[in-house]
Amino acid sequence: MEINFTAIYILWLREMKRFLRSWSRMVSMLIMPLFFLVFLGFGFKGAFFPGVGYTKDYIHFLVPGVIGMTLISTSTIAGLSVLWDREFGFLKEIMVAPVSRLSIALGRIVGGMTTSIIQAILILVISIGMGFSFLNLPSLFLTIIIMILISSGFIGLGLILASIMRDIQGFGLITQLVIMPLVFLSGAIFPLTNLPVFLRYISYLNPLTYGVEGLRRALVGFSFLPFWLDFLVLCVFSLFTIILGSYLFEKSEL
Amino acid sequence: MPALLVKNLVKVFNGLRAVDGISFEVKEGELFGLLGPNGAGKTTTLNMLATLIRPTSGKAFVAGFDVFKEKDKVRKSIGMVFQEPALDNYLTGRENLEFHGMMYGLSRREAKERVKEALKIVELENFADKLVQTYSGGMKRRLEIARALVHQPKVLFLDEPTLGLDAQTRRRIWEYIKRLNKEKGVTIILTTHYMEEADFLADRVAIIDFGKIVALDTPSNLKNLLGGDVISIEVDNPQNAKKIFEKLPWVKKMSQENGIFYLHVERGEEKIPLLIRIDEKEAGFQIKSINLRKPTLEDVFLHFTGKTIREREASQEERFREKAKRHRR
Repeated sequence: MEINFTAIYILWLREMKRFLRSWSRMVSMLIMPLFFLVFLGFGFKGAFFPGVGYTKDYIHFLVPGVIGMTLISTSTIAGLSVLWDREFGFLKEIMVAPVSRLSIALGRIVGGMTTSIIQAILILVISIGMGFSFLNLPSLFLTIIIMILISSGFIGLGLILASIMRDIQGFGLITQLVIMPLVFLSGAIFPLTNLPVFLRYISYLNPLTYGVEGLRRALVGFSFLPFWLDFLVLCVFSLFTIILGSYLFEKSEL
Repeated sequence: MPALLVKNLVKVFNGLRAVDGISFEVKEGELFGLLGPNGAGKTTTLNMLATLIRPTSGKAFVAGFDVFKEKDKVRKSIGMVFQEPALDNYLTGRENLEFHGMMYGLSRREAKERVKEALKIVELENFADKLVQTYSGGMKRRLEIARALVHQPKVLFLDEPTLGLDAQTRRRIWEYIKRLNKEKGVTIILTTHYMEEADFLADRVAIIDFGKIVALDTPSNLKNLLGGDVISIEVDNPQNAKKIFEKLPWVKKMSQENGIFYLHVERGEEKIPLLIRIDEKEAGFQIKSINLRKPTLEDVFLHFTGKTIREREASQEERFREKAKRHRR
């Protein structure tokens, strides 16, 4: 299985062109995080509850969480979009081309990562307009690295789910039964310390918890968990899902 | 070296032998047709030859390369047009083709040139920069044929190239296919369940039914095999009619289908008056309609399978439904 960089580039370019041409798709992907950002951000402005006090205010607690939420939904859906290509037949055209399946999977991962991070950065820019401020420029660099890890990990997860699901039925179910619970159990919206112990343990099994923690540490300099742990878990998670996702994709027949 | 060599190819899906040991050879530059009803195993065969699904057993070589062991080489040597559109609707026609070219290892400049040429062949230059989602069904099919040519394949696979297209568009696609084969010398393998399509296009036709090849020859040889014309004759009392028809010395062969008899005769136009002269009272039946046909591939299919292609499609569906039911249990 050799890696064909032209093929990866072509698939990336395709993703970019599609992304830039379908604004409606982007808006629909950003609408949920935006609602969270605006309504919770303004609604709980100045509110204090345990765990939030470590950051400047609630909005500084919330913004890294909403960015994590944007990343998980856009990335998982980018991985799942293999199903759309299958539905509309384009997958066959890619599968019959003389390039390895691994290159195809990587092309999708790189393309999905780019669009998903662009959307996360858009959310960051909007939140700066709402009064959010990040630490400094190096912290922004660190943020991008965490974004890459979160995004690649969940695209991998999307690829895995796509190979299990086979068709686009149940697509909405994934967003409701996988993405939303993971968001709520990640400490994106409220501190996990407020959860009962049982739920808190579950949240430690959630890769997004480490993503949100990592983002929060990078952007505002605060997290409950040590940064090295966030980084390590994210690396392991993203490697695992990418390898398994590519493997399952490679195995799949039409 | 033949362009295509298939030996005892088998594909089993859930215990169903979708392709059941087919063998054939296609010469370089030939236009070869796989004719059969939906569900006969044509698309499965094509997908195996294109390395998209793994055969259960057998051997197949495309342009000299083994479909089991040399997938990448096979993929480089073939162009494929699938039954359903396989285009990206959010890209323009040109982008679809250029991306394709680059996926097959062409440089950007080479790709651009070849795409221009391919678009010209299918007369889509003026629509090249429009998004594919604005294309009609016929335009999409033409674009896909153009796309399959961009990397100059040795062998071109067309899976039901005119399925769902109107008569006029179908004609036009036929012209492209013929021209490609004659002028560029591309070996073409096409599947179809349209008799006239196979007859008009193919140098040789393999008739495939229930995953098996039941006949393989040039269309004219296949039709000659039936020996002459077919009179189809509808009567009100098939039992009585059968007795009479069986005794007619000039009927070479006879088959019956829903109260319609198919009589194989020579010089059919001269036999119709004889049939009309049969005494209705004495024979105990009335002729309701009568029709003379020079043989078509439809008759060849009927001859080899005992069914018309449409009936066969209905029974194929039945077969799959049964299978699915059993599978669920």
